[in-house]
Amino acid sequence: MCLAIPGKVEEISIEGELRIGRVNFGGIVKRVCLDYVPELEVGDYTIVHVGFALSKIDEETALQTLEDFRTMGVLDAELESEDEAFTRAAAVPPSNCPDGSCSEK
Amino acid sequence: MKYLTEFRNGELAKKMAREIAAVTTKPWKIMEICGGQTHSIIKNGIDQMLPAGIEMIHGPGCPVCVTPLELIDKALAIAAGPGVIFCSFGDMLRVPGTERDLFQVKGAGGDVRIVYSPLDAVELAVKNPDKQVVFFAVGFETTAPANAMCVHLAKRRGLKNFSLLVSHVLVPPAIQAILDSPGNVVQGFLLAGHVSSVMGYWQYPPLAAKYKVPMVVTGFEPLDILDGIRRAILQLEAGKYEVENAYARIVSFDGNQPAQKMLAEVFEVTDRAWRGIGVIPQSGWRLSAAYREFDAEERFQISGIRTVESPLCRAGDVLRGAIKPAQCAAFGKECTPRHPLGATMVSSEGACAAYFNYGRFLSADELASAGSTLSE
Repeated sequence: MCLAIPGKVEEISIEGELRIGRVNFGGIVKRVCLDYVPELEVGDYTIVHVGFALSKIDEETALQTLEDFRTMGVLDAELESEDEAFTRAAAVPPSNCPDGSCSEK
Repeated sequence: MKYLTEFRNGELAKKMAREIAAVTTKPWKIMEICGGQTHSIIKNGIDQMLPAGIEMIHGPGCPVCVTPLELIDKALAIAAGPGVIFCSFGDMLRVPGTERDLFQVKGAGGDVRIVYSPLDAVELAVKNPDKQVVFFAVGFETTAPANAMCVHLAKRRGLKNFSLLVSHVLVPPAIQAILDSPGNVVQGFLLAGHVSSVMGYWQYPPLAAKYKVPMVVTGFEPLDILDGIRRAILQLEAGKYEVENAYARIVSFDGNQPAQKMLAEVFEVTDRAWRGIGVIPQSGWRLSAAYREFDAEERFQISGIRTVESPLCRAGDVLRGAIKPAQCAAFGKECTPRHPLGATMVSSEGACAAYFNYGRFLSADELASAGSTLSE
């Protein structure tokens, strides 16, 4: 759960006190607070953890990292919706494997 | 190693492993702090690509794992209470407390929500003024800035129905505790990449110098981890103990300054218990005096909850690197991912769960060499 996922800032708006971006993570779009990386503009890539941009990165790094995380199977758990989280939880017994990679023999 | 071949740079990884073998003349023990890195190392068989004598020791860097059972029980008590919306990240749902888990509390009628971001919990508080919205703030320095911003926001908006159940832990004091522990075997560290993206790595040079251990800021992909290991070994072989950055495309020395400023305002350093290890002095954050009113432990009557952990479990020894998971007598027997006794089997980022899930039981050689530990 400490992974920060790379995404592309597609839109920026001011919501109350916060600067909020719509960030695209390889197809999944999330609302992300940009206040910790004020230099971010539309079109930039950033790494994001639990809805907060943490640093700006270049496009090549972003795309490669995204692809690697997808291969590593960690992307889905980081970006899942609430319904997906509960469905996944329902499928495992109490005690667990947060990212669903647990296949007990 | 079947997984590694799926990577775009599988061949490059093998080449890097050969480079590591070429520069290694002595056995070394290196700890990766971060649970995400542990997962990557085991899943991709990175430890098995290393020359004989290079041992990866899996550190305490899984926030789910090190959250004390007592705090899980407190979370469950709050979540089961009337008028509460209890918000958490998905990975806490099935972490067992003494009697049940959050998923079961929801099944029994508790209003448990899974949020992508703590900001979603703030929104819920705004939309549900008649409910108390509590967010379970688990995590290392990577996650803390998000929670800090949310409390800051709640205070500015005057939200009286939002609070945090805080379980934030910090990497540098954990490293220091490992280095101070009697019989420490760790000779070098891979520092966690994303923690460092927030905090930078300015905190580490004094530690590296005091204990004469090299530290390398390292990423998560197999190539990054191999590069971190290679750089640590080069330093160890040369007798150096510097802090090096092998993840410069993400991490700077200073880290994210606006985030660190917010953290310093909202949180203060406190002693914190780590599941399986015990209390490490000055190893966590709690809300500072100015934000204490948002502390769920103060808002709800839960201070009477006291929990004792299993005496069979040797998670503390695993987390300190004193034993490998399979050397614990309970591993795979009383303790499995379905029935975990301790922190390191609870989360898939935990070393015991990673070993179990990828079939890492002891080989005959390991059994022989583990004999002394097992008979203790």
